[in-house]
Amino acid sequence: MELYGYKVPKMAALLVWVVIWEIIGQFELVMLFPPFSDVLLAIPDVITTPSFLEAARITVLSYLGGLALALVVGVSLGLLMGLVKPADRLLNMWVNVFLSAPLSALVPVIMILFGMGMPTVIVTVFMFAVWIIALDTRAGVLHVSPSLMEMSSSFGASRWHRMKIILLSALPEILAGFRLGVIRGVKGVVIGQLLVSIIGVGALFALYSQNFLMAHFWALILILFAFALGLAEMIGRLEQRVEYYAGARS
Amino acid sequence: MHMTQPIVAETEADQIIEVAGIHKVYNETVTALKDINLGFGRGELTSLLGPSGCGKTTLLKIISGLLKPTSGEIRVNGETVTGPGPERAFVFQDFALMPWATVLKNAAFGLELKGVGQKAREDKARHYINEVGLAGFEDKYPHELSGGMRQRVGLARALAVEAEVLLMDEPFSAVDEQTRRKFQEDLIRLRETENKTFILVTHSIEEAVYLSDRIVLLSPRPGRLKQVVTPEIDRSGNPEAIRRNPEYLDLIDDIWAGLRDYVE
Repeated sequence: MELYGYKVPKMAALLVWVVIWEIIGQFELVMLFPPFSDVLLAIPDVITTPSFLEAARITVLSYLGGLALALVVGVSLGLLMGLVKPADRLLNMWVNVFLSAPLSALVPVIMILFGMGMPTVIVTVFMFAVWIIALDTRAGVLHVSPSLMEMSSSFGASRWHRMKIILLSALPEILAGFRLGVIRGVKGVVIGQLLVSIIGVGALFALYSQNFLMAHFWALILILFAFALGLAEMIGRLEQRVEYYAGARS
Repeated sequence: MHMTQPIVAETEADQIIEVAGIHKVYNETVTALKDINLGFGRGELTSLLGPSGCGKTTLLKIISGLLKPTSGEIRVNGETVTGPGPERAFVFQDFALMPWATVLKNAAFGLELKGVGQKAREDKARHYINEVGLAGFEDKYPHELSGGMRQRVGLARALAVEAEVLLMDEPFSAVDEQTRRKFQEDLIRLRETENKTFILVTHSIEEAVYLSDRIVLLSPRPGRLKQVVTPEIDRSGNPEAIRRNPEYLDLIDDIWAGLRDYVE
């Protein structure tokens, strides 16, 4: 966007909202919105508490655990669906149902099955991330160029080599699914902890809101947003390095 | 003079590939090929020529082992084969290069599958990359190359496995006209250094006459053998001169006269 000949950076709109937030906060109209500057000041405060460090540890561990599980299961499931027609007919509907279902409603059930601790959060992250990874992997496998497969069998490729070619061909789609899974996983890790609410950031959110520490509450939200965006950006970078051949596939 | 001969079961001694009684039926209703009997002489370049729908690519894929015939058999050096084998290498219409691998890795792929060590296969791949005129492009990726150069990589890959027979499925149809001509001339030169048997599928009459020792004409729906033509064109001189050779021009007209009935 350009304004009076000056290039306006993309984040400018965000800045406007921050200013409005600051003004509303300064008037102390709504207790829910402390001034933005207070929120910024609360960030170091939040980060340095031992309970935040504990929450961060639990969040990162259960997030990575759930995501790793989702990646392995999602890619295998996608491969199975892409390669075996009957499996696809059997599973496609269910995967799509889970993809669009309001998974938050399932968390209480998960909680009953896995208890009020980290396993529940891991399973929630897994449930949020796995389906999109499976579907994108399936799409990638279905788009593998038939002549590339013919080529590999005409040169006598073993099963293992053919699998390698399928995986490398589908890599752009798998990465796209993984990036979406990464973002959905952040939702999962937050929602899971909120509903469990006695561990991790869930416990912190409960603590802050029950004690009306709104600046801290918002500070924690900002930190989580930055975490999610940072991760998505990292995967985006990785994708760009693979992208060079996604468009060149014939 | 060229001569057109009737279809006979050929009994010449040195036939590297024999096609015996091949039928191919798709979905139990569509007959793609009907009763194909053919022999391919060692060191010859044979074109399979015909309008679209005549099953020429199907026949080539059956010879390569990529497709199974409904009945009939393929013999290579007298032995019946049922799948792809190291004595036949395929060159694909759409190149079929791995987009994530460099020219060198693509050219060495067939050798990699045969279990040749890295050093040995890269040396050999380099040799054939040079042979097809791509020296200096070893570390480029397929998307950095033009269509013609990509097909040269496909050719280098097929040459590198040192198969006796090269099966080419419309190898020049996805490249532009100038590149195609250059490619055809290079193929004639290549035949002087590489003693291989070529089977080439094409829909271009000019290309078939320009390159082939023998042209197999197929008629469409169902694909049958129509005629076998043996152009006797001297290709030893300047490759450009062939295109002005009266023999070449007459034969193109003859074949077109025979095929035009099949084209609405």
